[in-house]
Order: sequence, then C-alpha cells, then structure tokens
Amino acid sequence: MMDISSFLLFWAAIFTSNILLTNFLGMCSYLSVSREVESSLGLGVAVTFVLTFTTALNWLAYYYVLVPLNIVYLQYIVFIIVIAAFVQLLELLLERYVPALYYTLGIFLPLITVNCAIFGVSLFMVIRNYNFLQSIAFGAGSGLGWLLAILMLAGIRSRLKEKLIPAGLQGAGIILIITGILALAFIGFSGVAPIQ
Amino acid sequence: MILVILKDIAVLAGLSGALALLLVLAQSILNNYGECKININGKRDLTVKGGNNLLASLSDKAVFLPSACGGRGSCGACKCKVFSGGGPLLPTEKPFLSQAEIAAGVRLSCQIKVKTDIAIEIPESVYNIRKYSATISEIIDYTYDIKGITFMLEQGDSIDFKAGQYVQLLTEPYGKVRQRVSRAYSVSSKPEDRDRIQLIIRLVPEGICTTWVHTQLKVGDKVSFTGPYGDFFMRDTAADIIFVAGGSGKAPIKSMLEHLQLVGTSRKMTYFFGARTLRDLYLTQEMKAFEQVFPDFRYEPVLSQPQPTDEWHGKTGYVMPYFKEVLRDPQNTEAYLCGSPGMIDAVTKALLELGLSKDKIYFDSFG
Repeated sequence: MMDISSFLLFWAAIFTSNILLTNFLGMCSYLSVSREVESSLGLGVAVTFVLTFTTALNWLAYYYVLVPLNIVYLQYIVFIIVIAAFVQLLELLLERYVPALYYTLGIFLPLITVNCAIFGVSLFMVIRNYNFLQSIAFGAGSGLGWLLAILMLAGIRSRLKEKLIPAGLQGAGIILIITGILALAFIGFSGVAPIQ
Repeated sequence: MILVILKDIAVLAGLSGALALLLVLAQSILNNYGECKININGKRDLTVKGGNNLLASLSDKAVFLPSACGGRGSCGACKCKVFSGGGPLLPTEKPFLSQAEIAAGVRLSCQIKVKTDIAIEIPESVYNIRKYSATISEIIDYTYDIKGITFMLEQGDSIDFKAGQYVQLLTEPYGKVRQRVSRAYSVSSKPEDRDRIQLIIRLVPEGICTTWVHTQLKVGDKVSFTGPYGDFFMRDTAADIIFVAGGSGKAPIKSMLEHLQLVGTSRKMTYFFGARTLRDLYLTQEMKAFEQVFPDFRYEPVLSQPQPTDEWHGKTGYVMPYFKEVLRDPQNTEAYLCGSPGMIDAVTKALLELGLSKDKIYFDSFG
C-alpha cells in the first residue's frame, strides 16, 4: 500500500472511496445536520479541518509513542483522547483569534468529537500503513469527501421539502434511500483509483 | 503481566495529564480577557473579569436578571438589550427572540461572553432585585403534594414586590444531588407583609428543587432566594376580572386577592380554580371567604375528574365552558391566568374566542 502517491490518495478519498458513502462512517451528524445547506457547510468545513489535523497528530502519537512502547492495542483510547483534546483546544483558539469562524462553527465543534468518520480515518491510516504525508492527504481528502456528501444531501433535502413523499418513507426513510443511491453512484467509480 | 498493565496505565495517565495540562494552560491564557466594563443604561459601570457569560458576570455584581433555567439557554428569560460588545447573534439565542427583538438588539445574557467592554440596557426594576436570606417559619400541608412555606427575612430586612411577582429559590446540595439549582415560584403572601414571603410548592416527581423542598426543608432552616421578578401583576383599572388557576397556580392570585382586600375594590371578579379531584382542592374556605369581603366576587372550584367518593356537587369538567356565564363586557375584562402551559394555552384560546383582547390576558406559565 505504501506506493500510492499522496496526491492520488487525496482525490481517491474525496471521490472513489468517500468515507461516508463507501464506509458509511459519520452517519449521525450527516443525517441530523443536513437539513440546511448553510449549517451542513459549516459542519463539513469543521470536520475537514479537524480530520486533517487529528490524522496527523494521531499518526505522530501512533508511530512515536504507541509503537516504540509496544502498546499499539491502546490506539483506540489514545486516538479518542487526542481527538477530544484537539477539538477543545481548537475551540479555545478559534474563539480568541478567529471569532467570526468560531461563531459559524461554534455549536458544531463539540459534535465532531463523537463523529466516527474522524476516528475511522485514524484507524484506516494505521491498518493501511500510510506514511505521514499519505495520512495527511487521506485525512484532508476524507474530510472534503464528507463535506461533499453532506452538501449534496442538504441540497437534495432542500428540494425535497415541496415534494410529495409516501407517508411511510417520510423523514429518515427517504434520506437513507437517497444516501444509498448516492453511494451507488460513488462506488461505481471506485475502480478508477482503488485504495482499499 | 502486572508490569504491562502498569505501563499502560502510566502511558494513558501521562498522555491524558499532558493534554489536560495543555488545555488548562490554554484556557488560562486564551480565555483571559482582562478586566471588562459593563455599562448599564448609560449610567452605571461595573468592572468584571472577562471570559464569563454576561448573566453570571452581572449576578456576581448583585445585578440579577431573571433566569428560570440558571443559564443553560433553555428558558429565554434572561433577555436584555446589548448596544455594543455583544458579538454576533448566536444560533443558540435565535429560537428565543422575535424579529422585532433581534432588530432592537435584544440578546440572551446567558449566551453572551463578556470579552470586551459592553453596553447594555436593563429595566430599572431589575435594580430592585437582590438576594435575600430567610428562615423558614411555617410549613403547611395544603394537599398530599402541595405545601405552603413561609420564609421570614432576616431581622430588619424587607422586600418590596407587586402581588403576582415571583422569586427564585436557590437549593442546597442534598442526597445524591450535588449541584445547586434555582427555580421560580410565585409569592402567595400579600406585598404588605414586607418581612416575609410565602410560596406554594407542588411536588414534581423527579424535580430537583421541589423534592428538596418537600423532603429536606423544615421549620428553622435557612435558605436564600432572589427576586422579585416578573410582569405578572394586577393592572390598576376598573375592568372586570377573570382569574384562572390550576394546582400551585393559586399562589400569585392569593397574593393579589389579599392585597385587594387591604386596598379595597368594587371590580367584578370571578376566580376559577381547576383541579382533578376533591383531594387536589385547598384553601377553599379562605377563597370562599373573599365572597363576603368584596362586593362582587365569586370563587368557583371546578373538578375535571371528581371521584364517586368525593360527593362533589359543584362544577365539573374543564373551566373554559363556564367563562361565558360570568362575562358582561368582553372588551372590558381582564384575565389573569396561572398554571401549566397546556392550561394557559387552552384558556387563552377560549378567552380570545369569547372576545377578550389579547393584551388584557396576563399569564404566568410554569414552563
């Protein structure tokens, strides 16, 4: 796996191996915050930002702390602690120095701590033996892929409002069907750049 | 084996400790906004330490904005006008503000952080609000789940409130409940008794404050409360009055009637009290006695589910159908309602249908 270029990995993570549409990770916030385009954009940007940085931090924690000490089985706990601490720190930094962004992302940041896409990307990075650069590319790509997926759903949902939907499918039902069709479209291209 | 476990614990503890330390450091550096000035109504300046929310910063300086939820952003009571230094409107405030309020610069004080000098406007009556210490002098069991509790203020202290206003009782930690909460209760005693207040409190299952009141408090205990709050008080007009109350909603109306008894009135007044069964009725003799005091007053308890054993011969069902028979001139009638949100909604709807004007329906809803 080490021979995939970071560049290819970045694009593959967005389109052909979209973390949400092929691995179905990060579904809870995808389903609950996709009601409006504006807020899904906010959450998507926050996820991308946090994903890029936590993947890098977790790579460092894994290869410089867990591997040398021979305790890689602690990766689950360590990754989660690192993600939670990073989100907290980011919240403080943004509030102080970029208040405008803080007020846009504000309520989404705490949501991200429990977004499984973020944790999932860190685990994939370990399983697939990515190097540091590849991990960052994969993290950033996955974040953008997640952003793309939630934006598409939000766009579709805003059009869905005036449409007649059978009673039994209203709400979560139709959204899961739409997500399934989106996933089919994305998986159709997975052969172009196979990374998993 | 034991070494491995110890190593794991050490690594995790070290890592969590380092990150926690980093966060604490970041918090103390990044969340330090120095001293900020809060300008109130263009007159008074308060100097506070920045980084805290506006509601808490104000109450540290003994300016108490009303807040039923204690600053969690769920009641929307702590509104005030912010002219400068409040930052942009937050998504957590929007649900509580109308378009007109947003345009006027009204904000939720519990959601705004004081980071710079800030200029605000609050009603002058808020200055009247302060914290009181009191000793419980009497506890009466009105029904199986409603108690009337009298709080004597400290020697020489006095409180100035309008009949119908409420106070916020502050709880102490008890049993498994570690946190302190504050909850709003209407004063049921008359404003002329300035050295004491009485509250009527119904036990709410799982309620932190009501459970504390019902199971922990006894005569002689010291408690504190803040107040008085609220704009639910009697308007001084000559219009007819319909009072409607349910459960512990009797409190503010008892205060109003006792106040009217002292100042005298010839207004036509009807008081409907809704309850489920006979055992939910209380203070019936006292309320009936007002019929002798005022020239035109009637007290009408209405039971929605009278039990066969109650041998109830009075009014039954909901209170709404009985309004019609007491209404003389809907345009010239005021209504004072106190009870659950469901009751308030239903009664307001019925009164509007009968032709009362919306701005003459005053209510205090247990939210």
